[in-house]
Amino acid sequence: MTHLIALIDGSSYSQSVRDLTCWVAERTEASVELMHVLGRRGVGSEPADLSGNLKLGARSALLQELADLDEQKAKLELKRGRLLLEEAKSGLEEAGLSSVTSKLRHGDLIDAIGEFEGDADLIIIGKRGEAADFAKLHLGSNLERVVRSATKPVLVASRAFKPINKFLIAFDGGESAMKAVRHIAGGKLFTGLPCVLLCVGKPTDSLQEKLDDAATILRKAGFDVDAGFEAGEPEDVIKNRIEADGIDLLIMGAYGHSRIRNLIIGSTTTEMVRSCHVPVMMFR
Amino acid sequence: MNTDFLPQLRTEWFGNIRGDILAGIVVALALIPEAIAFSIIAGVDPKIGLYASFSIAVITAIVGGRPGMISAATAATAVLMVTLVRDYGLEYLLAATVLAGLLQIGAGLLRLGYVMRFVSKSVMTGFVNALAILIFMAQLPELTNVTWVTYVMVAGGLAIIYLFPRITKAIPSPLVCIVVLTVISLFINADLRTVGDMGELPSTLPVFLIPDIPLNLETLMIILPYSAAVAVVGLLESLMTAQIVDDLTDTPSNKNRECIGQGIANTATGFIGGMAGCAMIGQSVINVKSGGRGRLSTFVAGVFLLFMIVVLSDIVSIIPMAALVAIMIMVSIGTFSWSSIKNLRDHPRSSSIVMLATVVTVVATHNLAIGVLIGVLLSGIFFAWKISQIFRVSSTLSQDSTHRTYNVEGQVFFASADDFTAAFNFKEALDKVTIDVSHAHIWDISSVAALDMVVLKFRREGAEVELIGLNEASETIVDKLAIHDKPGAFERLMGH
Repeated sequence: MTHLIALIDGSSYSQSVRDLTCWVAERTEASVELMHVLGRRGVGSEPADLSGNLKLGARSALLQELADLDEQKAKLELKRGRLLLEEAKSGLEEAGLSSVTSKLRHGDLIDAIGEFEGDADLIIIGKRGEAADFAKLHLGSNLERVVRSATKPVLVASRAFKPINKFLIAFDGGESAMKAVRHIAGGKLFTGLPCVLLCVGKPTDSLQEKLDDAATILRKAGFDVDAGFEAGEPEDVIKNRIEADGIDLLIMGAYGHSRIRNLIIGSTTTEMVRSCHVPVMMFR
Repeated sequence: MNTDFLPQLRTEWFGNIRGDILAGIVVALALIPEAIAFSIIAGVDPKIGLYASFSIAVITAIVGGRPGMISAATAATAVLMVTLVRDYGLEYLLAATVLAGLLQIGAGLLRLGYVMRFVSKSVMTGFVNALAILIFMAQLPELTNVTWVTYVMVAGGLAIIYLFPRITKAIPSPLVCIVVLTVISLFINADLRTVGDMGELPSTLPVFLIPDIPLNLETLMIILPYSAAVAVVGLLESLMTAQIVDDLTDTPSNKNRECIGQGIANTATGFIGGMAGCAMIGQSVINVKSGGRGRLSTFVAGVFLLFMIVVLSDIVSIIPMAALVAIMIMVSIGTFSWSSIKNLRDHPRSSSIVMLATVVTVVATHNLAIGVLIGVLLSGIFFAWKISQIFRVSSTLSQDSTHRTYNVEGQVFFASADDFTAAFNFKEALDKVTIDVSHAHIWDISSVAALDMVVLKFRREGAEVELIGLNEASETIVDKLAIHDKPGAFERLMGH
C-alpha cells in the first residue's frame, strides 16, 4: 500500500499541502502520515543579563532560568503542534480519507524524515515554511535540505492548490529524470492525465534516443504523451510552457550539482521551484 | 551531515547576531582584567596574555567545536607555566605553547575526547574548586604588604560588582568597578599599584614571530613536561566547559573538533607571542548569561578585546590593581562550586574523598593535571572496590557428604580474587568438588590465577575437581570485550 508523509507547519502552505495530499491519497489510495517537527529551539531571545558578574551558584541559577524559559516555550509549541496536526487530520478525514495518522517530533526536520521515510513512497512539503523570509522570494531553508537528503520522491506544494489535469516532465536525459519517468509509468498517481515530456536544449542523437525511450515507456503505461525539444534557458522555457499549456504540476530530477556549484552560480532546481507557481515533484 | 554544512554554518555564525555582539562585548570587557591578571600569574608582561586572549578567542570561534564557548588565556594554564618562565624565560613559554597546541591537535585527531568519560563528576568538581582556589591564591601577593587603602579599594570594588546589577543589568558591573576605582585612585593620589606597573601593554597589533630558542632535543625535554601538562589541563577544562555550555543551551557540540580547535589556537598563539590558554568556565557562563549563543559572540569578544587594548592602552595602564583583584575574587567565587561543600555531607564518602584529593593535590602542586590524575586514579580504585563486593559463593553438600558443589556468582577480578579464594573451605574432606562459575565473570589474569590455585588446592587435598561454565565466564577476559555488539551479548553478560 502506498504511504505518504505530509509535512505541515503553521505556514500558509499547510493548507495547500493538505489539499495536495488529499489529491494524491485519493488517486493512489494511500495512507497518510501527517508530520509536524518542532525544530531546534530558537536562540538568544531571552532577556539578556549584561551585568557580566558571577555570583554564588551562578551556573546552576542560569541553568534553571534557561530551562524554565525553554520549558514554557516548548509547552506552547507542543500544544500548537498538536492543534495543527489535529486540525489537518480532521480536515483530511472530512475529505474522505480513512487512513490518516499524525506524528509530532522534536529535533531537526531532516532527522525526522530520515527516521520515517523508510516506509514512505512520497514526501509532501510546502515550498516555504513558517520561518522562511517571504519578502526575498527565498525558498524555505529546509526545502533544499529535504530534497537533497530524502531517498524518496518529494512533492513540493505551491501556495494555492489547483486540481491537477495536466503535468510536465522536465527531461534532461539524466538518471534522475529517467527514474522519474519509470516511477510515473509504474504508479497510478498520474494515470489518465495528459503528459508533456519536454527536453530543453538542442536535440542531439543520444538525447533524442533517450527522449524516445522515455516517451515509449510512458505510452506503454497508457499515457497520452506530447514529447519534444525546445531551445533556450531551462528556467524560462519551462516556466513559459507551464503558463502557456496550463500545466498543473512539474516533474523533474533535482539538485544534480554540488552545493559548492550552487553556491556560486545558483541552482536550476531552486530557481525552477521558485519561479513556477505549480507543485513540483522531484526525484534524486 | 555534509549536506547540512552551509545552513549549519550560517546558523552557528549568524543565528543570533544581536545577542552575540552584545554578549561578545560584555565578555571582552571581562576578559581584559582576567588576561592581565593571568599574565601576572604566569610572570609575563600583560601583553602576552592579552594577545593570547585575542588570538585564542578568534581562532576557537572559527575552528572550535562548541559555538558560544569562550576560550582565552586562563589561570589553569598560566599556573602551570610559572616555573618555566622563571627558570628559562618567555621564549620557552612561547615554544611550550606551540608544542602544547600540537599535542592537543594530536589528541583531537586520535579522538581522545572520549577519554573524558573517565573523569568523574567528583573529579570535575574538584577541578573547578581547585581552579577557584588557585585564582584566589594568585591574588594574595596583591593583598599582602599593602596599605589599608588597597583593602578599602578591593572591598569597594567587590561591592560595586555585586550590588551594581541591582540598579541596572544593562552595563557590566566589573566595567563599572574598573571605571570607578580608576577615577578614585586618580583623585586620592595614594600609592597604589597600577596595571602599567606590572609590565608592558600592547600598543600594536600582534605580529608573527618564531620563538627564539635553540631547536634541539634539550629544549624539547625542557618544554615537553610543561606542554604536556598544559595540553591535558587545557583539554580537560575546555571539554568540561563545552559540557557546561551544552547543558546550559541544550545544544550538542563536537568534542573532538574542540580538541583540534584548541590545539590550532594554541599553536597559532605561540607564534604571535601569546601564552597558552583554553576554554574558560566563568567567561562562558557570562557569555551565555548575556545572551551569547553563536560563534560570533566568541569572535566579537576577541576582536573587541584587541581593539580596546590597542586603542586604550594608556587608559588601561592606569587601572589600579585593586580593581583587577576585586574582579578576580569575583571570578574565583563564581568558579567555585559552593554546592559541593553542602554535598560533602550527603554524597557517598568515596566521591567526597575523590573531590577533596583532587583539590588538595592541585593546591599543593599548583598543577591541575596531577590533581586530575590523582582524582581519576582514586575514583577508579573506589569503583573497583565497590564492584568487587558484587560477588558471592554459595555451596551445597551432597547427601553422602562427599561431594560439594560451589556456585560462584558475580565479578571476579584482581580486587575480588582474594575473597574468591577465601570463600572455599579446603579443610573439608571431600571426594569430589564441583565449581560452577557459569554465573560469574572472570575479568582478568588475577582471577584466572586464583581459580587455578583453588583447583590445585582441592586436588592436593585429594578431591576430584570439576569446573562448570568456564568458557562463558571467561569471555570477559578477552581484552577486546567486543561482545557488546554481538546479538544477545548483554543477556550473556548479565544472565548466563
